[in-house]
Amino acid sequence: MSAKKESLGKTVGVVLAVCLVCSIIVSGAAVGLRDIQQTNAKKDKMSNILQAAGLLEQANGDILATYNEFVEQRFVDLSTGEFVEAPSDDYDMYKAAKEPDSSIKVENSNVGFQRRAEVASVYLVRDDAGDVSRVILPVHGSGLWDLMYGFLAVDSDGKTVRELIYYQQKETPGLGGEVQNPQWQAKWDGKKLYKDGDVALEVKKAAGEDNPYAVDALSGATLTSNGVNNTIQYWVGENGFGPFLKKQAWRS
Amino acid sequence: MADTKEMKKVLFGPILDSNPIALQILGICSALAITTKLETALVMSLALTSVVAFSNLFISLIRNQIPSSVRIIIQMTIIASLVIVVDQILKAYSYEISKQLSVFVGLIITNCIVMGRAEAYAMKSPPLMSFLDGIGNGLGYSFVLIVVGIIKELFGFGTILGFEILPLIQNGGWYQANGLLILPFSSFFLIGGLVWVIRTIRPEQVEPKE
Repeated sequence: MSAKKESLGKTVGVVLAVCLVCSIIVSGAAVGLRDIQQTNAKKDKMSNILQAAGLLEQANGDILATYNEFVEQRFVDLSTGEFVEAPSDDYDMYKAAKEPDSSIKVENSNVGFQRRAEVASVYLVRDDAGDVSRVILPVHGSGLWDLMYGFLAVDSDGKTVRELIYYQQKETPGLGGEVQNPQWQAKWDGKKLYKDGDVALEVKKAAGEDNPYAVDALSGATLTSNGVNNTIQYWVGENGFGPFLKKQAWRS
Repeated sequence: MADTKEMKKVLFGPILDSNPIALQILGICSALAITTKLETALVMSLALTSVVAFSNLFISLIRNQIPSSVRIIIQMTIIASLVIVVDQILKAYSYEISKQLSVFVGLIITNCIVMGRAEAYAMKSPPLMSFLDGIGNGLGYSFVLIVVGIIKELFGFGTILGFEILPLIQNGGWYQANGLLILPFSSFFLIGGLVWVIRTIRPEQVEPKE
């Protein structure tokens, strides 16, 4: 180790040079690969929608073609329940929820977020004959640790659940993380959302397999189960997709 | 320049003779967590091997310029940059696997093998030898991960790389999957067993009694 190597100027110079080169490499990689990464993220979302549509196995890896053939994205004004034009080309309801102009305050609910977008995206799934077979609603609400994002697939009658697929959550693996367990997901098929016009579906202990208005809570994950319960109650209720599901705008 | 014999020793020595996991007991945490399936183990091995190899190469290239007072920080900067690049590439070309590996690619930064090789070897050796040393240690790490990954996937899920080998009872076969092996901590037993096997083959690795 020569003395020259240890001088202050030299040290600072070497550190700066290393940092400069490294930052160029890192930012180069991040910018250069961004397009491919965004395509991947979009494809991942599509495959989650296909899963909610019950088409993932049929797609057999060809996500894009199956999505384009059977799934159609539409936009719904949540207060009226009517279809509207897309507010912008790359409209994102979760970004819109942060802007005061395009969102409303959430009141009388412990769903776990403060504002929701006025216009929501929904996905209509068509069968081979071209009729709507399922309607996929994006839902989110707070779990134990963070917001959980998922898709609720409702039958074309607007009352029967087909799937509840969570695609982004940070719940405890093995406990709350079991919201992604296929066995638990299967329990949602055939459950009824409404009884005499009111939201009736809930997540509770010892719900029983045959009860059409309740889904068994996850054991060891009371707060996550409550979160799922609040999420469903909010999003299919009056302030969420309730008016849309009642009007069944996809039939006309 | 070093001769080929020396190169061979640097490249293949870490697989059995000085395996970073089995002898030096470094990098255990990632080996525990991501070996449930062989596929993730393979990708993780590849990621770690490329990071160790290139961090060794770059650190060795500038080893005479690095002031010793800040050498650890400079090593960390180089390693961290490489890890971010690897993570970005994984996200771009292998999104599903990068989701499964989640934080563990990022945690390569703190993997003791990378830092250990940079400090112990690359700081005093020429670039080519350091690069080979990186690949060699990556291979040593990969060897353990792949062995553990094969055992865990075969007996935990009845598959290898997703192909069914032992038909499960659930699917109408005869094999009852071993649930213990799916859990991360079962790697403790497997790595422990591997250390035992290696030390039986190479008795000189056994530490003398104190």
